[in-house]
Amino acid sequence: MWKWVWEGLRTGIVTTAYPAREETASGVSPGFPAGLPRNFAASEQAEAVVSCCPSGALGREDGQVSFHEQRCIHCYRCLRQLTPPLEWHRQGNYEWAVPPHPGTEREKKFGKSFRRSLHLRVIDAGACGACLSEIEQLNKPYYNMHRLGFFLTPTPRDADVLLVAGPVTDHMRLALLKAYEAMPAPKGVLALGTCAISGGIFGSSFASLGGVSGLIPVDILVPGCPPPPLAILHALLSIVGRVQPNMGATAASPQGGKRHD
Amino acid sequence: MTQHSSNNVILVDLSETIAKRWHWQINVSINAQLSECYVECDRNNLLELCRWLIYDMEYDFASLIVEETAEDWLLRYIFYGEPAIEQVQLCMRLNKTEKAVPSISRIIHAADWHEREARDLFGLVFEGHPRLVNIVLHEEWPEEVHPLRKDFDATKPYPHRQVDPSWRPHSFVQAPGAFMMPIGPVYADVAESALFLLESVGEDVIRTTPRFFYKFRGVEKIAEGQPIDRVLLLAERFSGTSAFAHSLAFCQAVETICQVEVPPRAKALRVVFAELERFRHHLAAIAGICNSTALAVATSQAGILEEEALRLSCSLTGHRYLFGLNIPGGVSVDLSHRQCEAFSYGVQALFHKLERLFDMLCYSSSFLDRLEEVGMVSKEQARSYGLVGPIARASGIARDLRKVLPYAAYAEVSFEVPSEDEGDGYARLRVLFREAEQSMKILRGLLPALPEGEATAPHVVVKPGGALGWAEAPRGVTSHWVRIDEEGRVARYHLTTPSFTNWHGFHLAAEDFAYQDFPIIMATFGLSNAECDR
Repeated sequence: MWKWVWEGLRTGIVTTAYPAREETASGVSPGFPAGLPRNFAASEQAEAVVSCCPSGALGREDGQVSFHEQRCIHCYRCLRQLTPPLEWHRQGNYEWAVPPHPGTEREKKFGKSFRRSLHLRVIDAGACGACLSEIEQLNKPYYNMHRLGFFLTPTPRDADVLLVAGPVTDHMRLALLKAYEAMPAPKGVLALGTCAISGGIFGSSFASLGGVSGLIPVDILVPGCPPPPLAILHALLSIVGRVQPNMGATAASPQGGKRHD
Repeated sequence: MTQHSSNNVILVDLSETIAKRWHWQINVSINAQLSECYVECDRNNLLELCRWLIYDMEYDFASLIVEETAEDWLLRYIFYGEPAIEQVQLCMRLNKTEKAVPSISRIIHAADWHEREARDLFGLVFEGHPRLVNIVLHEEWPEEVHPLRKDFDATKPYPHRQVDPSWRPHSFVQAPGAFMMPIGPVYADVAESALFLLESVGEDVIRTTPRFFYKFRGVEKIAEGQPIDRVLLLAERFSGTSAFAHSLAFCQAVETICQVEVPPRAKALRVVFAELERFRHHLAAIAGICNSTALAVATSQAGILEEEALRLSCSLTGHRYLFGLNIPGGVSVDLSHRQCEAFSYGVQALFHKLERLFDMLCYSSSFLDRLEEVGMVSKEQARSYGLVGPIARASGIARDLRKVLPYAAYAEVSFEVPSEDEGDGYARLRVLFREAEQSMKILRGLLPALPEGEATAPHVVVKPGGALGWAEAPRGVTSHWVRIDEEGRVARYHLTTPSFTNWHGFHLAAEDFAYQDFPIIMATFGLSNAECDR
């Protein structure tokens, strides 16, 4: 026993300083494309950029190329299969959580008493496993969400927030609905990853509903495929009002992923 | 080269033996390059052929692939040789009006779930199957609707059937005081969705009936009619924790069809990324085992290692789970000399920490008590269920596709295939650790000596055809059958995944053990439902 205690002490603290300070370690986020071509959408270069994106994250809006974080699946085709490639912005780029209807004043669902005690139930509604693995990281030393007052709970009856990952498969529809109904009020729902936001690469089909919002109301979206642990942490902190959600990058905003300049 | 020619001899011998045994009435052909032997069989000799392959030749069943063409059903049974280096494909064509197929499950237990899956997805009836009940489709699916049939519209929701509210799962244990404990589909902290029906009369679990496909996303159906680069995204993202291995199997199938020569550097880089993925996966699996035994410090230590491996992956390739690396013809990322050095050093440093952790675990009696002689799977059971990967290797079946049917640059890499004989939870932990060690050694050996050249083939022309691509994913054998039509779109995509194969045998380990062992047995299996359900 003492050996384990000593081993734990010997390792020291590895936990990130986020949200007090920005996390600067490399490899904490897959990042998003940046540096979109500024010329008009009709140009050849813009056409190449838009057509290389398989998920529709790079599109055209108001005569310019725009980027929608919520659709990006990190396939890196705009970085690796495009000449010239788009820049890719990784360092410090993880504060992605965004309310589903930005611009409108969000109702304050969780009051002060939830700020340092929020219980979460994870629902796997067809996730590929990477989103779930990232949630598990939150419970481990590098991110340690306990220090911020977030706890996983095994039952939805004790949960304040549902973390839903995956495109919501038809077979998980009833289970998700029942879990949502079993929660006490106020209930929050967090759509985790591109699949949970829009169905992602699986879309909506005979087997999946194409996102959580088609079934239950969603409070906050976390883009990414999968969203890195820090992005999930940002979403949790913003749902209890401890940090501001990312209001700049909206579905309608043409300037896309440029926020950390 | 010698290995290749000896392959040829085995293949020619095998094809002649088969032809002779069936009095030259049977069409046998070989493809030496792919180490494959094709046998055209019919409903009359299928069972006999299977029996001969399994019992006399000691082949193992790997997969059943069903294809629907305009006039026929095409059933393809795939077998792997135990010591030899080839695969045998039995192809059976049936008229489309026939729905009845002889079941091979009575001879080969490993085919049980495959036949049930084909029944659900295509509506075929396997005559003589011991328990032909639904597996993929849940109760809301109406009768006679089969999603992989060509006439099924995959874009719209199917008509749901009203479920009888008094419906209860079938209980097998009939005894005074017997009860059934359902676990799932939403359970534990961050568990993947699945339902386990545990039947018991007290402390010990007598029968475990797992129910999967809660996460059925219909990947095989939505891939149909899509171009290759789109299906590649599906292949990569249906199971995020083994994305590289699956995209590799898919790319190799496409490369076989399109006859693309992959440059040596790309082959070596594929080995590098595949081993990095295996290393990271095994760290996560070890963390899961520590967590299941409630050993808090060890869980934290393993969690630190896992996160460091994720960060290493992200720093080198851009993505923490190695998405977006494979493309038909090679890999989209090349590593510089400096990156290789940092990579090699990083993996070694991680392994040293893992070694230290493993040594401590092996001297923690409270930990070992929970693993030793818990969740036993004997070698006979493992073979009968066709188990694959670290689970089979912990039960004494030291088969590894990297050695048996080498792909990418594995033929040029030397490594060992660790195996243990006990078949308990501790044996599985040791196999995971030793495989991580082998991955580290492969990386240390390969990274300083990557062949020069391009990382992708210059130009890939998509051609029609069908081929099987395979890889040894972190959890075991995966094989992807891809059929490309004349327009260069995917006409049929079939995935055989290690989790699907191994969940079939999970009940063996989970039965006759106490309730509190259940999460530990699950953790030592370390399977993914996303990979199983597709």
